Amino acid sequence: MELFQNLALGFGIALTLTTLSLAIIGCILGTIIGALPGLGPSNGVAILIPLAFTLELDATQALVLMTSVYYGAMYGGRISSILLNIPGDEPAMMTTLDGYPMAKKGRAGDALVLSGVSSFVGAFLATIGLMLLAPILARVAFYFGPAEYFALYLLAFCTLGGIGAENQAKSAIAVCLGLGISMIGVDNSTGMTRFTGGNLHLYDGVDFLVAIVGLFAVTEIFVFIESRGKDSAIGVKLGKISIPIKDILATKWTMLRATIVGFIAGVLPGAGASLGSFLAYMSEKSLAKENKTFGTGDIRGVAAPEAGNNAAAGGALVPMLTLGVPGSGTTAVLLALLMTLNITPGPLLFNERPEVVWGLIATLLIANFVLLILNVPLVKIFTKILQVPASFLLPGVAMVSFVGIYSLSGSYFDLLLMIGFGVLGFTLRKLKIPAVPVILGILLGGHMEVSLRRAMVLSNGDWTYLFNSYISIGLWVAAFIGFVAPIFLRSYLKKPTPIGQ
Amino acid sequence: MSDRIFGSILTILALTFFVSATKLESPFFADPLGPKNFPFIVSGAALICSLTMILKPDKDPLWPDTKTIIKLFTALIVLILYAFSLKTFGFLLPTALASAALSYLIQPSFYKSSATGLILSLSLFTIFKFGLGLSLFPFPRFIIG
Repeated sequence: MELFQNLALGFGIALTLTTLSLAIIGCILGTIIGALPGLGPSNGVAILIPLAFTLELDATQALVLMTSVYYGAMYGGRISSILLNIPGDEPAMMTTLDGYPMAKKGRAGDALVLSGVSSFVGAFLATIGLMLLAPILARVAFYFGPAEYFALYLLAFCTLGGIGAENQAKSAIAVCLGLGISMIGVDNSTGMTRFTGGNLHLYDGVDFLVAIVGLFAVTEIFVFIESRGKDSAIGVKLGKISIPIKDILATKWTMLRATIVGFIAGVLPGAGASLGSFLAYMSEKSLAKENKTFGTGDIRGVAAPEAGNNAAAGGALVPMLTLGVPGSGTTAVLLALLMTLNITPGPLLFNERPEVVWGLIATLLIANFVLLILNVPLVKIFTKILQVPASFLLPGVAMVSFVGIYSLSGSYFDLLLMIGFGVLGFTLRKLKIPAVPVILGILLGGHMEVSLRRAMVLSNGDWTYLFNSYISIGLWVAAFIGFVAPIFLRSYLKKPTPIGQ
Repeated sequence: MSDRIFGSILTILALTFFVSATKLESPFFADPLGPKNFPFIVSGAALICSLTMILKPDKDPLWPDTKTIIKLFTALIVLILYAFSLKTFGFLLPTALASAALSYLIQPSFYKSSATGLILSLSLFTIFKFGLGLSLFPFPRFIIG
């Protein structure tokens, strides 16, 4: 059995002292990052990447550390959703709907434990799904030529822009911004510089880590200064924590269904964890016979979104590792990490560097148990973190991002560029233009252009080559549907608003 | 209105991008697509989208009041000054000042923000220098020489 051989290889790497301790550190850091309002998985991972380089970790170790942070942040996001009615990160938004009312009824401890267990169910099963699905998809990816890759990138941009956004034109413009930025610098095929305006600093192009940290972390500083005072939520007292076995057993099918829905949403390129938790919650609500209690502290409304978003987090790793196309904002950040480490995700990764993939999968299986312990028996420690005031936290985030980027390049120009991206991110946020497509555009723009040019070289300039195989036709059709369908489905996809204080 | 303004900026940006792409010279040995055509496609798409934004704008977002805008600009200037001063003035002093300033902008309390500046500057320096081994200079260059 190939799978077991691979897993044995993976566990051989995962069970070394270094890897295991990195995973545990990552889980703890991640849970803290997730719990802090304003710091989510994507900006948390983004500001930690430059620092991870200074530790001189090898590829597997760096990936293990960052993916544990990612998983941890997905678990931790629910803590402030439930106790403060402020989502710790975007995917945890849906958890506020029933989590906070449940906490207000005096069942805060039960809500935390129940959502912790459903996070575990979602994340653990999704990791198993990743383990089974990724090798299959990697085999399919062997049939991908430049024309198919071009269509695949297009699909990622279209689904991201279609489902993720409220205004198609706005998310498409975000993609164009990212693609435009990715073209700055030396053109690899001809060696000429493009769009640098003669600025020497731009000859190497715009470093995507600078863009990511700017758009995620620096933007957050501006947003916090603007919204200061508005988010002063009344915390809910947390009593003694016991395990509500009855509730956990009562929601077991809810968790399983939400896991499946979330995992599928995660695997779709460009869709991500927020969509996973949203679909999980909505499908559970429409399935329930008695759904009037949803929104007032229903246990199913607590279990479903948490299982859904954690399953989506695992699912989003599948296209990232097998095709090099991230399924969400945070996996885009992880892709940036891989690219900086000189690892090209894709089918070759599974054949040539199996230790990276299987080491990661095995560690994630272990990390889920670590996270279960951190988030159920030890959850009380993490609730203390919510008391850190924003006036301390946000300057800290700013300083860490500056030093991280500064340590990468040592140039003040990159710092200024990062601030510029922060201002851009704030403007985009105000105008409701999503920032994740910009990042995806910067990350994938180079690859997209190269695959288009290779396809044109192969076909000697014949455009019909782009629709030459069933795979590419299928991808083009899916891209078109992914972009257009949400326009008609908009009225069904309205997000319910969380209740007020 | 905001959408229209931003859409117009993007239209100009897309046109500039397009024009500067036409000025690129394709070397004679270039591939069939060359360095120009992908920029053309992207700027074309950007043009369609930004015109859509102008023609079908969303409702205006709630822009912050003048006081908050001044605060945001102050934060921006603090960050820019911080970027320039890291190299010349070392780590400790600029970090303490910048984080105290940002902290004051979020919560205007003199004592709290001074404490934030001091604690952050010292603790981050310890972590970065001794924990992660970054080469940071604690004090201004001209003092150490």
